[in-house]
Amino acid sequence: MRNTVCNFTRAGNLFLASLLLIAFSTISARANLVVDITQGNIQPLPVAVTDFYSESEVAALVGQKIADVIRADLERSGLFKPIDQDAFLQKPVDLQVVPVFSNWRKINAQGLSTGMVKALPDGQLSVDFRLWDVFSEQHLMGERLITSPTNWRRIGHKIADRIYERLTGESGYFDTRFVYVSESGPANRRVKRLAIMDQDGERHQFLTDGSNLVLTPRFSPTRQEITYLSYFNNRPRVYLLNIDTAQQEVLGEFPGMTFAPRFSPSGNQVVMSMAEKGNSDIYLMDLRTRAIKRLTKHPGIDTAPSFSPDGAKITFESDRGGRQQLYVMNADGTNPRRISFGRGNYGTPVWSPRGDLIAFTKLTGGQFSIGVMRTDGSQERILTEGFHNEGPSWAPNGRVLIFFRQILAKRKGEEDKVRLWSIDLTGYNEREVISPRDGSDPAWSPLIPE
Amino acid sequence: MRLNLGLKFLSMIAALTLVAACETVPEDTGDSSGSGATSQASSTSGSTGSSTSGSVTNKVQPGSQEDLVLNVGDRVFFGFDKYNLTAEARSTVERQAAWLKANPSVTASIEGHADERGTREYNLALGDRRATAVTNYLVTLGISSSRVAAISYGKERPVALGHNDDAWSQNRRGVMTVN
Repeated sequence: MRNTVCNFTRAGNLFLASLLLIAFSTISARANLVVDITQGNIQPLPVAVTDFYSESEVAALVGQKIADVIRADLERSGLFKPIDQDAFLQKPVDLQVVPVFSNWRKINAQGLSTGMVKALPDGQLSVDFRLWDVFSEQHLMGERLITSPTNWRRIGHKIADRIYERLTGESGYFDTRFVYVSESGPANRRVKRLAIMDQDGERHQFLTDGSNLVLTPRFSPTRQEITYLSYFNNRPRVYLLNIDTAQQEVLGEFPGMTFAPRFSPSGNQVVMSMAEKGNSDIYLMDLRTRAIKRLTKHPGIDTAPSFSPDGAKITFESDRGGRQQLYVMNADGTNPRRISFGRGNYGTPVWSPRGDLIAFTKLTGGQFSIGVMRTDGSQERILTEGFHNEGPSWAPNGRVLIFFRQILAKRKGEEDKVRLWSIDLTGYNEREVISPRDGSDPAWSPLIPE
Repeated sequence: MRLNLGLKFLSMIAALTLVAACETVPEDTGDSSGSGATSQASSTSGSTGSSTSGSVTNKVQPGSQEDLVLNVGDRVFFGFDKYNLTAEARSTVERQAAWLKANPSVTASIEGHADERGTREYNLALGDRRATAVTNYLVTLGISSSRVAAISYGKERPVALGHNDDAWSQNRRGVMTVN
């Protein structure tokens, strides 16, 4: 038995209300229950996620909602198939100790999640969760999370992450958010607003009011900050936005348009393009000293820079070779070399959080596809293609990509749709990420800090 | 195929531009309003035209956007992924330079636009190249750089909403907008 106590208090953060987590049982019996996620198109693993039991009716309702969040997260990953609760032969009330495993084998549940919720005298909510391997009849893990009752969604995502991690051996990605550009109105008078929502589309909120054109928001890897392009005062410049305080500031005093910003892995620098006299090059700004360093100096278009996770290299796109292609250079701008050589144009390279792959948009034969290649340009693999797919962004575990897709109206009177989609690295489990309006330029947040 | 259609369209535009260059007085609503004949804005402005030059000058404020659209042409067009000024584009910019000289108090934005068949950031850079190509030529023709400011909108502000070569060739444009 090992007890870990972590304090997750973040000052001044409303929706990250103080969260206390006690891992009270991390004894992990070695079991056979493992999802191999290296293969494509695997059969999703049947799991039973029971409602969290409570003696109090109010707390039981929260327990149900938490279980709903967990089931939806696991289902959406494409790796798990939550079993319909109507088939369950044991009720949550009977699961407070060890489950009757034969009852769960009968409905072919491989994994079983059980738990309890309790309202504490101080108004906090205590959530116990346990994961069982039904066939080996082993207790895989258990945790107690104590939080404000308003924080129940995050508790659900956290538990779903724990289950995902325990059964796949990969880190989870459910306790994350998307920032993206919400779009409305006709294409020639499009209104674009920054918006943010949980990874499951819940808790959607707008960050800007639509009075200025905004593009390409990107999350800080370390702080509740976003960098993006705004046309405020008809001067397209890169801005920094603090999500918690809503404070915005322009980054630097550049003579020309700055665009295509992205944070460095430390969160202390922003790499971006600046266009001056018709030429776009890549610059690096230190957010603490505000010092600016020019990284490329070439008459071609150099843009869409993205750091490797170790901070040593930057991938970017350039038409210096005649057409838009992908390049990798050292983080100080030295030794740029081309990595994409296929037919067509390549853009929007993004380095995987694992470091081994670069995702991109490929334009060829009138189609816009999303693909990945190794960082030396080898083993190119197209994950999805169509009229217009653009701008991939990685989940923090490097397993899933989100991008945007334009689907043309099929008949008169219909509107084109521009929507967010996610796809597994294997090319399977492609699905729309539901947003209230059209959406583009999605960026996946890191795991929300605890 | 796409290139051919594009060229065809460009030559059509070029023909319209020539008509506009020779006749500063619009004859009718549609095709005489400079190289922007296909845009919504210019055809709307065109509808105010009449048959005598006298009444045009009565209605159109010299140095206004309407004056520019009707009598000069507010826009030039570019080839796919190109930012060089074609012969037609150069003659339009030359008229724009003369017009700016005739209206010395006017300052303008030069907007660079791209079609939707490119990625977002690349199109921003391409739009900047196009806006700069127009601006540079205006400066070469004697217009002070303080009067014309380049701004790129990438693929964010199309004028033609279709998803075909005609629409795309209308959207690959440099537009002078009077401040």
